[in-house]
Parts: sequence; C-alpha cells; structure tokens
Amino acid sequence: MGFDILLELPKLLWLVIGIAAFMAVIGVLLVLVDRGPKTRRDHWQALCFLGPAALLLLVGLVYPVIRTTFLSFMNGPSTAWVGFDNYVWMFTQPEILVVLGNTLLWVLLAPLLATGIGLTYAVLVDRARYESFAKSLIFLPMAISFVGAGIIWKFVYAYRQAETDQIGLLNQAVVWAGGEPRQWLLEGPLNTLLLIVVLVWIQAGFAMVVQSAAIKAIPAELVEAARIDGVNGWQLFWHITLPSIWPTVMVVLITISVQTLKVFDIVRTMTGGNFDTSVMANEMYNQAFRYNEYGKGSALAVFLFVLVVPLVAVQIRNNRRSRETQ
Amino acid sequence: MPMTPRRRVLLAATIPLVLVSTGCSYLSGGGSAADPGSADCKAFSDWQGHDGKTVEIYASIRDEEGERMQEAWQKFSDCTGITIKYEGSAEFEAQIQVRVDGGNAPDIAFFPQPGLLERFAAAGDAKPLPDTVRKRAEDGYPKDWLSYATHDGEMYGTPLGANVKSLVWYSPKLFAEEGYEVPKTWDALIKLSDSMADTDVKPWCAGIESGEATGWPATDWVENVMLRENGPEVYDQWVAHEIPFDDPKVEKALDRVDGIWRNPDYVNAGFGDVKSIVTTSSQDAGLPVAEQKCGMHLMGTFYAANWSEDTEIAEDGDVFAFNLPPIDESVGTPVLGGGEFTAAFAERPEVVAVQEYLATVDYADRRAQAGSWFSAHQDLDLKALKNPNDRLAAELLRDPDTVFRWDGADIMPAAVGSGTFWKGMTNWLNGDDTGEVLTYVEKSWPE
Repeated sequence: MGFDILLELPKLLWLVIGIAAFMAVIGVLLVLVDRGPKTRRDHWQALCFLGPAALLLLVGLVYPVIRTTFLSFMNGPSTAWVGFDNYVWMFTQPEILVVLGNTLLWVLLAPLLATGIGLTYAVLVDRARYESFAKSLIFLPMAISFVGAGIIWKFVYAYRQAETDQIGLLNQAVVWAGGEPRQWLLEGPLNTLLLIVVLVWIQAGFAMVVQSAAIKAIPAELVEAARIDGVNGWQLFWHITLPSIWPTVMVVLITISVQTLKVFDIVRTMTGGNFDTSVMANEMYNQAFRYNEYGKGSALAVFLFVLVVPLVAVQIRNNRRSRETQ
Repeated sequence: MPMTPRRRVLLAATIPLVLVSTGCSYLSGGGSAADPGSADCKAFSDWQGHDGKTVEIYASIRDEEGERMQEAWQKFSDCTGITIKYEGSAEFEAQIQVRVDGGNAPDIAFFPQPGLLERFAAAGDAKPLPDTVRKRAEDGYPKDWLSYATHDGEMYGTPLGANVKSLVWYSPKLFAEEGYEVPKTWDALIKLSDSMADTDVKPWCAGIESGEATGWPATDWVENVMLRENGPEVYDQWVAHEIPFDDPKVEKALDRVDGIWRNPDYVNAGFGDVKSIVTTSSQDAGLPVAEQKCGMHLMGTFYAANWSEDTEIAEDGDVFAFNLPPIDESVGTPVLGGGEFTAAFAERPEVVAVQEYLATVDYADRRAQAGSWFSAHQDLDLKALKNPNDRLAAELLRDPDTVFRWDGADIMPAAVGSGTFWKGMTNWLNGDDTGEVLTYVEKSWPE
C-alpha cells in the first residue's frame, strides 16, 4: 500500500483537534482566573494554575502507586489477599533471583561505564581539532530507540555455522582472528554483559555531551592558574576538572541509573529475557500482562519503585543545593 | 473597537471548542456503499436493519492476512450498512486484558488461545453466545472445536480460522531423487532420518527464536508426541494439569523428542549444531527444505506463507507436507492444531449480527477465496482453497475419524502456556537436563 496523503488526513485532523483541545483548556483556565473572586486573589490564581497539575499527578502517579501496592498483596487475578506471598516468591524463586542479580549487574555497570566513557571522551576531544565531528560520532546512537539499537546489536552478535559466511560483525571479527564463531547471547553471564554494552553505546553520548558542556564552563582563569602552578594533564584532571564538574557527573550517573533500572526494550528485543538475561522491568511486564499474575507483577513494580526513590531523592537534594549556591 | 483582554480570552477559548466539535463530527462520519435491496445483497438480508452502526473488532491478525480478512467481510459491511472497524495488533494477548480492564473492550475479539478466552468468560467480561449465533456454530463446526470455547456449559466463542500443527514439510523433489518415501509409521520416520543422516543432507531443521515468544515451536513437538504416544484422553489430562507436568509420561515424550532434536546427527540442517535451534528464527528455520539442504521440518500449515514466491507447494512440487506419523497404532493419527475464536464483549444487535455472520459458511468461503486460509467449517468449499497443503489440512479436519486436539500451550494458564513451557523448552535445547526442565515447568503452574 502506497502513501496516500488523503488517507492520512484524519490523523492530521486529530493532531489539530489535540492542539485545539489543549488551547481550549488553557483558554477556559484563563477565563476562570480572570473571573475569580477579588479577595485572596493570589490563592485563587495558585489554585487555578497548580490545580490541574496536582490533579494529573494524583491520577497519573499517586493513585497508580497506591493501587499497585495494594495489588502486590493480592493473588494473580486480584481476588484475594495473600499477605507477603508475592514478595516471598520474589526473593525465593531461583529464576527471579537471577533476574534481581542481573538488574544489580546492570545498575552497577551500565551507569559507571557510560559516564566513565563519556567523561574520558569529553576530556580527550576537548579543544581538539574536529571536536564537534568527533562528538557527533559518539552522540549519534542517542538518536536511536532502544528497540532499534537492540535489533542492530542482535545482528552484531548474530551467529552462522562455522563453514558459512558470518552475518554478525563480532563473529566475523572472531573468524578473521582465526577463531570459531560463537553463540554470544546463549551463555551467561557474558550475554548480560553484551546486552549492557548496548545501553552503554546509547548512553555514552548523553554522558559525553553533558559533561563536555560542564568542562567548558570551568572558568578559564582557574585552569590558567593551575597551569602556571605547573600541573600536568593528569593532575589537572584530578584536581581541577573533576572537582569542578562533580555535580554534573552525579546528575549523569543518577539519570543513567534510573534509565538502567527500567531497562526493558533491549532485553525484550534481543533475548526476550531467555538464557538468564531477564531484568526486573521485563519480568514485571511478563508476570502482569502476559501471565495475568498481577500480584507478582505488582510486587516487582513496587520493589523497582523502592529502588528508584533514593536515586530521585539524591537528585532532588543535589538540585536544591546547587540552586542555593547560585 | 479594540478588544478588552477579557474578550480576547473568551474568543481564544471559543475558537478551539468550535474546532474540536466540527473535527469530531467529520471523523465519525461514514456511509454504506451498496444498495441493500439489490440481488447481490440478498445473501445478507438476515443481518440488515443496522444501517449506520459500527462494530469494533480487535485481534492479532495483521498485514496481508488482516487485509484479506477485511476484504472477506467487506460485502457484508456494504450490504448491511454495518461499519466494521478492525484493529490488528501484535500485542493483542497483553493489550486485550488492559483494554477490558480499562473499560475499553472491543465489541468482538478473535482469540487464538482458548485459555485466554476462558479467562474472560470466567471473569464475566465475555458474553455467552446468543442462541442464533450458537446455532450457527453448532451447525457448522465439529464438537471437538466447540468444546474449546465452552465454559460452565455456556458457549463463548465461534471458531474462525484454523491451522494444523502436526505437519512435516519436506521436498518432494529430494524425496523422489533419493528414493525416499513419506513415512507412515514412527519407526519409518526414524529410519528415514537415519538414512538422510548418512548423506550430506541433515534430516531435520528447526528454529524456535520468536522474540518474547521464543520456544513455542518446541512445545508443538512435545504436544504432538504426547498426543500420539498417549492418546487424546491423557493429552487432555496433561493440558488440564490432572497429571503433573513432570509425569513419567511427559518425560518419555520429551525423551522421544530428544532423540530427534538433541541428536547432533539429525539437526540443525543449514544452521549449525543443536544450540543453533535456539537462535534460529521460526520463520527462517524451514527454508533449507526448499533448497534441499534439510530433509524435514515440523511446522504448522501457516508456514506456507514463508516460502519464497517461486516455491511451488504441491505433492510433486518444491515443498509439501505430511501429517506426522502415528507412534501407537491403537491411538491412530490425531491432528494437533489451533485457530481463532470470535468472542463478543457487547450484546448490541449489530454486534450479534457480525458475530453470527462470521460463523457462516458464506464468510468462510469468501475468506478462503481471498487466499491462504481454511477453517474447520464442515461445509467449507474445499475447491476454493488454493494451497494444496491447506486442502490437505482442511480434509484432515473434516474427516469424521480425525481426532482433533488444540495446541495445549494455548489452553494451559498463560504463566505456563506462554511462559515457562516456552522458556523451559528453550533452556532444554540450550542444554538443560530433561528432568530439571519438567520440574521447573511443574513448579510454575499457578494454583
């Protein structure tokens, strides 16, 4: 079927309707603010402007959290209370323990590697020739969705039997080096590490750009003063660069950690969670939506939420602190 | 006169509202194309009188199959004035639950898994068939089929399409050249495999990679062997968990599959060693058969769509299929298969009309004419089936002596049938011990 602009018109119309509806809501809101009581006007305005956001948060965040927590104490079809059974299941079932272990491996490795590689790259290309070109090379994968990246890397790791032509880059490299092609995604824990590489590949660009911007923001006189004092490149990095951009490094680390905790697409696309590569988000989806085990799925979700909260808390505290210093 | 700020605000608020209301009315418009009184439309007179109504259908059937299906009911739609709004989704199995829970259930859904349908029947979301629809289904389809859509004595679905999953694809050309014969017994099948293993063509090719559904082709093997070795009664007990999943009978069946699938002399033609089964996609796995690089490939009738366009599917062509031979003479040669059931989530008269029409032979014939499709409908015009293998399968289904059993994985609880059973078989092919895998699946069975 070819692309027919006339057939696509309804979609465009939906778009127009969406924008119009948004404008309508804003319009109504403005009228409300305008028509409000004359006394305590500031309260009224605050209510009008904050109310919708609070309402959306309540419906979209607070309510689901509470409901999910309740569901996690119920059985599969949510018809009876089962106490802590789902949590006991989570921490005793060998299969789920593997999932938790994998998630831990992801959270430990992916943010550190991505941030580390991004930082190293940012320092190395800083003020080099063709800096922007070099940067865009590593930034490009950011533009690819996780599913797209998963498919690309699945091909990189693809296997064909020894006598035939390899279609996977990695196995071809192995063959060139005189080795035997291998089934990369079948053996743990190597397969999880190979999946982590994909996330690092995507996120290193983000880490590099943000940290590079921070490096550029270091006052020139600071660097100059250090140079006059006679530091070498290594000392400059450890005593000037890193301390100056530390808050940024933290932000990048935490952002990628949260990303990593909810990683789902890469695993689902590349192995479907088989061969001991599953992670929490993937298992949560499987339990709740494929197996109709809402209790178990919710328990995993709640645990994931508990893991994310401290990271977010640290993030908020950092934000507040940096605002105070400004 | 210059506008006051208040007036401007009012205007800003009204314009979008007008836009929204006109836009919505444009989108909901529509109309029927054919003259309902014409002779052409006579066949549909039973379902007329719902002009301007819309019925929403949601299913997993997409792409070409989805288009052919919509083509098949277009005439019905034109003559009755019922607009059928179809949505096909690869995420059907997961999304249908979300939609029903969210109060956004489709009017009709096509369920490929009786187990999933039963879940909605038990929860009271799916509606029992109205008498008129039930009668059409009972007139058209064998009891074996209807029993899969029955819950507590009420029928909840009518059979739609069908597939047969006990077919072994082979290359008639290769068989003719080498003097092989289509095996009629299990022993002959093994003997044939052995003689192939002595040549440079390996006897079997297989692949179970299928994204998150990885593993399903392996479960078809186990089910086929269970059914042939122990008969339909034991098979039903196994599927219903009346005998445990790690019963010695299941272990014996798995050992028999082991002799083929984990036998390095037998697999994996065109792809590598035993473990390559795990990473070969289910779509590609059979292709070496057409290239005469692989002897046999067990896969459903739907695999016909995977052959390249210049591959001739015929008894004397490039590829054809035979029913997996019997293991135990007293059990005979049962047929394992699947298909879809239509189930309704609404009781509006136009929804009933559509569901009733989908159960008729008129729809089945039209759909068969559109290509690559057959069903278990007893009056289906077999001459309309273009693929010889579809005809072979449809004849098998129609034969009154045929014992038909539904793919067990579609009936078991989803946590097993589309979870641990798939995963267990995947791990098994990746080297796990038979007993270990069976215990793993048994333990995962929800209480």
